[in-house]
Amino acid sequence: MSAPNDASAQPRTFAFTPENAKKAEAAVAAYPKGRQASAVLALLDLAQRQNGGWLPRAAMDAVAGILDMPPMRVYEVATFYNMYNLKPVGRHHIQVCTNVSCWLRGSDDVLAACRNALGIDLGETSADGGFTLSETECLGACVNAPVMMIGGDYYEDLDVGTATAILAELKKGGTPRPGPQSDRRACEPAGGLTTLTGWSDGRGDKPGAS
Amino acid sequence: MLRDSDRIFTNLYGFEDVGLEGARARGDWDDTRALIAKGRDWIIDEVKNSGLRGRGGAGFGTGMKWSFMPKVSDGRPHYLVINADEGEPGTCKDREILRHEPHKLLEGALLAAVAMGASVSYIYIRGEFHRETEALRRAIGEAYEAGLIGKNACGSDWDFDIHLHVGAGAYICGEETALLESLEGRKGMPRLKPPFPANTGLYGCPTTVNNVESIAVAPAILRRGADWFAALGRPNNTGTKLFCISGHVNHPCTVEDEMSVPLRELIEKHAGGVRGGWDNLLAVIPGGSSVPLIPKSVCGTVLMDFDSLREVHSGLGTGAVIVMDKSTDIVRAIARLSRFYMDESCGQCTPCREGTGWLWRMMERLVTGNIAVEEIDLLDEVSRQIEGHTICAHGDAAAWPVQGLIRHFRPELERRAAAFQARQADQAA
Repeated sequence: MSAPNDASAQPRTFAFTPENAKKAEAAVAAYPKGRQASAVLALLDLAQRQNGGWLPRAAMDAVAGILDMPPMRVYEVATFYNMYNLKPVGRHHIQVCTNVSCWLRGSDDVLAACRNALGIDLGETSADGGFTLSETECLGACVNAPVMMIGGDYYEDLDVGTATAILAELKKGGTPRPGPQSDRRACEPAGGLTTLTGWSDGRGDKPGAS
Repeated sequence: MLRDSDRIFTNLYGFEDVGLEGARARGDWDDTRALIAKGRDWIIDEVKNSGLRGRGGAGFGTGMKWSFMPKVSDGRPHYLVINADEGEPGTCKDREILRHEPHKLLEGALLAAVAMGASVSYIYIRGEFHRETEALRRAIGEAYEAGLIGKNACGSDWDFDIHLHVGAGAYICGEETALLESLEGRKGMPRLKPPFPANTGLYGCPTTVNNVESIAVAPAILRRGADWFAALGRPNNTGTKLFCISGHVNHPCTVEDEMSVPLRELIEKHAGGVRGGWDNLLAVIPGGSSVPLIPKSVCGTVLMDFDSLREVHSGLGTGAVIVMDKSTDIVRAIARLSRFYMDESCGQCTPCREGTGWLWRMMERLVTGNIAVEEIDLLDEVSRQIEGHTICAHGDAAAWPVQGLIRHFRPELERRAAAFQARQADQAA
C-alpha cells in the first residue's frame, strides 16, 4: 500500500465523535498502563469506520495524539496492514478472494462477474461512489469457496449467478443474505452429514456417553 | 472411523445453540473448578501425556510449551496469547471454533492460564473475522456474567481476564513473534529468537502463544484424561484433528476426525471424493499452502499426521487439505501461492523480501514456459537460499511449494519450456 499522499481528498482535521472517543478509551483500557500503543490497530479501525471506510492522514495524527505515539509509528502501522484504506473507497467495498482454494473453485469467474456487474476493474471505484472492487488474499473460509467479503460479511459458495445477484441487490439498496449462497448452513459437507449425525437430532451416540 | 462420542467439537457446524447454555449442555464449563483444583503441574502433565501437538502448523508439544513458562513469577506478569489470526490458505478450522464453539476456547484459555500462571489472556483474531469476533465477544460477555472468568474465575480463587485484540490484515501476524509485535502496536515484523517468548514475550514478560484449536481441545483432554486422547491416532500423532478439505472435491467441508486417518479415506468419506473420481486426482497440498504438494501416487497411502506426511517430504501443517484434479494448471496454482508469499512478506529480511518477488516472477515465466531448463535448477537452488536464511519461517513457506512442484512435476515444467521454445522457433521461421 502506498504512502498517505492523496492530497486532494485529505481532510484537514479529524476528531472522534463522543461515542467513538468512549470506544477508544475502552480499547486502551484492555492493555496495561503505559502500553496504550497496543490499541493503535483498534483506534485506526475506529477512525476508518467513522470516516466512511478510509483513513486520512489527519485521523492517523489524531490517533498518534491520543496514544502519545510519534506520528511516524502510526503511519508505519497504517501502511503495513491491508485493511486500512488510505484512499477513499466506495460505500460497498467488494473484496474477492483469489487465493488457491477459491481459484480452484472458480474465483476467476466470480471476479469477472463482479467486473461486469459493476463496470469497474480491480482497484477502481464506480463513478457514483457506490462500489470499490478489490482482490484479497485468503479470507479463511476455504471450504466455502469461492468467497467474497463485503463490509463485515462473508458471501460464500459463490458462482457467477449468485455473485451477480448479490451485487444487483446491493445496487437496489437491499441487504443480501450473507453466508453460504448454497443450501449449506456452514462448513458441513453438502452431501449430508458424515459426522455428528446422532448428536444433531438428539439421538444415539452422544459425546461422553460411550 | 472416529465415533461421535470421541469428537470434541460437537457443535462444529453451529446447528445447536452456540451460547453458554448450549455449551453447558454439551459439557463445557462442567465443574471447571475441580480441574483447576488439581493444580498446574497436573494440568501440564496431563496435556504432555496426551501427546497433544500444536495445531497451528508447527506441531510442537503443547504441554512441553506450557512447561517452559517460569514456575514462579519474578514480579513480571505472565501472559497467555491465543493465535486466532487464521489465514494460511486452505485453512478455516479456527473460524468454526470461534463462531460455533467459543466456550471451548474460553474454558481452555482459563485452564491453560492456570497452568502457566497467567492472569491475562489476549486473543488475537484476524480483522476480517468480523462476525467471528462478535460471536467471541458475546461468549466472553456470557462467561464474565456467569463468573466463569474474571475475578475468582469459576470460584477457583484464580483471577483471569480475557481481552480481544483484532488484527488488521497481515498474514505474517500468524507468526508468533510478529503477532506479539502487532499486539504491542507495531508493524508485524517477527523477532529474532532467542530470547523466546516463554521468557521475554509480550511487553517483555513471559508469554506463551497457542493456536485456537490447541487451547480449545484442552478441556476435553483434562476431563476425559490424557489416556483417552493418546489412544486416538498413532504414537507421536495423537488425538483428534479438525481437517479442512477444499478444492476439487464433491463436498468441501471441515470435519473432525482421528489423527492419522488415511488421506484417501478423509477425502472419500467426508468430502464426497475427488471430483470425477479418484483417478482424476492430480495432487494434494495436505497441510495448508506452506507445505509442499504431494502427487496422486503418494495420496493413496499417506496418513494425515505429522510423521507420515514428513516421510513424503510434506507436512501436516494446519490440516488443510487442498485437492487438485487433473484439470488444474498446477504451475499456475503454485505461482498464485508465490504471489501470496510475496504480498505477505513483511520485508524485514532480504532473502524473503527480494526472494519471494523473484520466486513469483520466475513462477509466472514457468506458467508460460518462457524459461530455460537450467533456470528450473536455478529456481530450486535459489529457493534453498531463501529457506532457512530468514528470521521467521515465511521464507521457508515461500520456498517449499516451489520445491514441491519441481520435485514432483519436473517433466511438466520441461514440457512447457520445450513447447514455448518450439513456438518461438515456429514464429522465427
